[in-house]
Amino acid sequence: MNVPERKSPPKEVLLVEDNPGDVRLTLEAFREANASIHLSVAYDGVEVMEFLTNKPPYLDAPRPGIILLDLHLPRMDGREVLTKIKQDQSLRSIPTVILSTSDSHDDVAKSYLLQANCYLTKPGKLEEFESLVKAIYDFWLTAVQLPPPTWHSNRQPQEASGTDLLGERKT
Amino acid sequence: MKTIGRDGSAIEVLLVEDSPGDVRLTQEAFREANVAIHLHVAVDGVEAMAFLSRKGIHVRAPRPDLILLDLNLPRMDGREVLAHIKEDAGLKTIPTVILTTSDAEVDIVKSYQLQANCYLTKPVQLDAFESLVKSINDFWLEKLRLAQSG
Repeated sequence: MNVPERKSPPKEVLLVEDNPGDVRLTLEAFREANASIHLSVAYDGVEVMEFLTNKPPYLDAPRPGIILLDLHLPRMDGREVLTKIKQDQSLRSIPTVILSTSDSHDDVAKSYLLQANCYLTKPGKLEEFESLVKAIYDFWLTAVQLPPPTWHSNRQPQEASGTDLLGERKT
Repeated sequence: MKTIGRDGSAIEVLLVEDSPGDVRLTQEAFREANVAIHLHVAVDGVEAMAFLSRKGIHVRAPRPDLILLDLNLPRMDGREVLAHIKEDAGLKTIPTVILTTSDAEVDIVKSYQLQANCYLTKPVQLDAFESLVKSINDFWLEKLRLAQSG
């Protein structure tokens, strides 16, 4: 099979997951899929918000193309993280995929109400988990157009200022 | 492989698309991929909203499990339809996938801002289009937990 050549840098994926076993399995499953991605991991809800808003120690954190978010997290839970992301003008355009062990109707419905981009239940079996991560890669990181990594709503050119991005005066 | 909704009924998909050729290709690709789909078609934005709010001839329309929405539509365009869906407490939980020929950055960003669930660019080549429809089926209709109606 021919894989099209890509000049673009690997896509930035942010995994929010407190269980080190699941982090490792996800990493390995992406590696199995030959995924050309860069995976960052946040272990709780407070950390993920620091990462996304470039607070110390995440001053240079990349803007993720997609977020994989567990619901049950220490310090700040996934529902609250999702709410904050989707209420923030700059962050809301980042696709946020819920990846949770819960398959309760309430969690699914609540997540879609909070504008999760999709909801996936983590399967218990290892093989099925790997196939799910591969499906995420095939769909979200291959077929889907993600928002461009450089795009921040608060970094849009300000036309009123009369200067362009190079700082030259417009005449 | 056969996919059936949790209550044993077929999965309802609403395709909002004004190009008869694309409608036909989508129908055929879904037929290949999954026999248990009811594909409904709205040919413009006004009809999509009538279907979703069960107005006029759509009084018996089912609630879709998934919406595939083109951006460039007559009468009411896809961005406006998307904004209506995602502002409506009753409709916002229906996953809405943008399926458009545009790959313009401004359309991608705007659609995610309006809370599109994902954005797909229609490939020009027929086999690539068929494989995209298949991947929509594999991911959205087989892997995923959709929000139940209610």
